[in-house]
Amino acid sequence: MTTTSLTSSRGAGRAGDKVFSAATLAAGCLILAVLFGVALFLVVQAIPALTAAPDEIQGGEGFFAYIWPIVIGTLIAAVIALVIATPIAIGVALFISHFAPRRLASGLGYVIDLLAAIPSVVYGAWGAAFLAKEISPAYNWLAENMGWLPIFQGPASATGKTILTAGIVLAVMVLPIITSLSREIFLQTPKLHEEAALALGATRWEMIRMAVLPFARPGIVSAVMLGLGRALGETMAVALVLSSGALTASLIKSGNQTIAAEIALNFPEASGLKVSTLIAAGLVLFLITLGVNMIARWIITRHKEFSGAN
Amino acid sequence: MKALRFSRQTAIAVIAAGALALTACGSDNPTAAANGGTNSSGKTQVTGTLTGIGSSAQGAAMDVWKSEFASANQGANVQYSPDGSGAGRKALLDGSAQFAGSDAFLKDEEYAASKEQCGPEGALNIPVYISPIAVAFNLPDIKELKLDAPAVAKIFRGEIANWNDPAIASLNSDVTLPDLKITPVNRSDDSGTTTNFTEYLAAAAPEVWTDKASGVWPSSLKGENAKGTSGVVKTVTDTPGAVTYADESAVGGKLGVAQIKVGGSFTKISAEAAAKAVDAGKPVEGRSANDLSIKLDRKTTVEGAYPVVLVSFHIVCSTYADQKTVDLVKAFESYVVSDAGQEAAADAAKSAPLSKTLQDKALKAIESIEVR
Repeated sequence: MTTTSLTSSRGAGRAGDKVFSAATLAAGCLILAVLFGVALFLVVQAIPALTAAPDEIQGGEGFFAYIWPIVIGTLIAAVIALVIATPIAIGVALFISHFAPRRLASGLGYVIDLLAAIPSVVYGAWGAAFLAKEISPAYNWLAENMGWLPIFQGPASATGKTILTAGIVLAVMVLPIITSLSREIFLQTPKLHEEAALALGATRWEMIRMAVLPFARPGIVSAVMLGLGRALGETMAVALVLSSGALTASLIKSGNQTIAAEIALNFPEASGLKVSTLIAAGLVLFLITLGVNMIARWIITRHKEFSGAN
Repeated sequence: MKALRFSRQTAIAVIAAGALALTACGSDNPTAAANGGTNSSGKTQVTGTLTGIGSSAQGAAMDVWKSEFASANQGANVQYSPDGSGAGRKALLDGSAQFAGSDAFLKDEEYAASKEQCGPEGALNIPVYISPIAVAFNLPDIKELKLDAPAVAKIFRGEIANWNDPAIASLNSDVTLPDLKITPVNRSDDSGTTTNFTEYLAAAAPEVWTDKASGVWPSSLKGENAKGTSGVVKTVTDTPGAVTYADESAVGGKLGVAQIKVGGSFTKISAEAAAKAVDAGKPVEGRSANDLSIKLDRKTTVEGAYPVVLVSFHIVCSTYADQKTVDLVKAFESYVVSDAGQEAAADAAKSAPLSKTLQDKALKAIESIEVR
């Protein structure tokens, strides 16, 4: 009796196992197929733009001359976003995980997660209609007092719709991503490490520096990279906020453009070769994102050996 | 049983209820006559789906035309996808759309190519949507300025950088101009408004505006930009000293609007002035007799005409393969150019209604559409 039931249950389990493993395998294959399909589509559709005569491409100097300023623009906006968002996000995450009273912490975590749920068009509208106007006096101040730095060279934009404003809006948008992930990782720090550090006479800050941050470093890197992915690909907010233009070093003049915004702004009226050009721009963005993710993986694996977890 | 019931019906009832089904079957004279009869008895007979692709400038007008037409004609339905003027013309030429919405009439080579899908007479370009483009500025206490084409071109090129520049002051001797930096704001997205505005500047001020007319603002020019008509208007409203070009309908609030020098005097923007400029345009040569391709004369000197205007067309075939489509196209386009259609567009999209002359020509062109 017992034997039979055991056998049968084992049999059922084996069938269940097979179904489950097949389902997960299918899911895994599906994501690869989708990725491959997207890549294939981008390459095939981009070929006409890549092979077209230089004077047929918008700007008249070929695809490379068209794409590189907006690649740089994309990177500038993303870097500004990360430079602003990362320290704040880590600070907020540490406050929630180690400093805030428990009830405040859960409420605060909830609010941060809510920030991630706001659609990007809302951030864009806020940036374009409110932030740009309010921040332009600050740009004038920067141009007057720090204009010797190339990035703050004046005259500042009168509308405030600059790449720096776009970067700030992007920073607000990536903040919840980095904060949520960092918070989860900080909470996973082994209690024994923390208590040991405190027992050795460390202050709270020393404990965090010695026990929490080393343990969380690969996690922080991957959180930042996820944020970077969002910043690179963000379309609507940048399209609404940024007054685009030619590549300029100054962050407070109007100018620069990102790939995603360029595609969004021009695709609706595009036809023929213009569509190919925009899809080729999409391909470049795809490759940049792929590159960023691979670098992130590499950093994470490299840091794993030194992390406090071992 | 079915045959029995059918035989019981009167001839008139047959025509009233089933004329379309009958007319769709043949294209000989008697059915065409029957079709004429149904048209006069009411529009309820047109059924089916009409597919159009094209300009997003017409999008808002098209939405109201679609819904009004569908509610007036049970069983008839128009689908319009605002993929862009170029995409629309391409779709008409390869037969994937039955009409195109386009901010430009067919080019000569496109017209030649249209004969393949549309028969020997090719496609018809019918102006359906006219929108005057305002030069709008944000200057405290100034609601009106007089500008000529070279001044506008220089302002948008950044060659006139301050509002108290002698070039502006000499045109506005009665206005005290502030010492304020000019911030030109253009559209960041590819747009028909930009195409028409740059076309005007390139034609009326060729020595200043050396770039070609294009839907994308010349990237060599420094200036601010924003997405969409609402975007530029919002940006200018927020920025003292800013100036932009936008559909007149969208300009309001504290923004001032420039009068444009035409001939010897300055024209204030209005629907009538825009329609007048369109009427002053010349028909394009080498098209079929009923075609209404209008080459706007941007340099016009006609008193009271406002040449900074966007004209958007519906491009239809002169012949279609079956009667059902012909009826549907005729019914829809007649509605679009009718007073009701133009008023609906004026309400929804704030366009300028077609002039009576143009309306009559358009109706005549639409009437000429037939089955091949």
